[in-house]
Amino acid sequence: MTDKAVIVAHSGDLDKIYSALIVANGALSMGMDASIFFTFWGLQCLKKNGLDKGPLSRMNLLGLGKWMVKSRMKKANVVSLDKLMEDYKELGGKVIACEMTMEIMGIKEEELNSQWIDEYGAVGTYIMEAKDAKITLFI
Amino acid sequence: MTETNIDVRGQTCPVPLVECRKAIRKAAPGDEIIILGTHPASKKEIPMACEAMGLEVVEVDENTDKEWKIRIKK
Repeated sequence: MTDKAVIVAHSGDLDKIYSALIVANGALSMGMDASIFFTFWGLQCLKKNGLDKGPLSRMNLLGLGKWMVKSRMKKANVVSLDKLMEDYKELGGKVIACEMTMEIMGIKEEELNSQWIDEYGAVGTYIMEAKDAKITLFI
Repeated sequence: MTETNIDVRGQTCPVPLVECRKAIRKAAPGDEIIILGTHPASKKEIPMACEAMGLEVVEVDENTDKEWKIRIKK
């Protein structure tokens, strides 16, 4: 069986979603399988045009910090989150959306980027994904 | 046998690794992939990825302008 990395994306913060997608793409690039379970604030990122809408986890400064970091990233030629997600899907990465979060926050399926989502599930889905995983992270 | 060239000069983490993986997935056994890049960590990590996937690194070539070229055989 192929080694697997399973990530819980709980935070919707811009820097943390970057971490989740970079680690997941890294795992796929090293020949592993990868799944990301998007829950809570992380699930907000699956909304249409929502991937880069979160604040910075620190020094957001009402968006000024985020703007500065984004411009520094652009200068350093860091790819966009949309491109990372596109690559993640192309390499066979799996996206799971948390159903309970959808219920709590009143998010409907049609509000989400459903073309990215492979499965809608709850904690049991995460455990089944993670129990044989070599790497599991909560971000 | 076909040869695929990928140019990731100027690209940073994780693009060189990801583009390399994409090309490997598309290649047929026996095909060769040549990656040209400048990102320092990827020069080490692409051969690491190849080792993890059981692929042969035919050549790692470094020139003076911080550019490197890696040839992989699927």
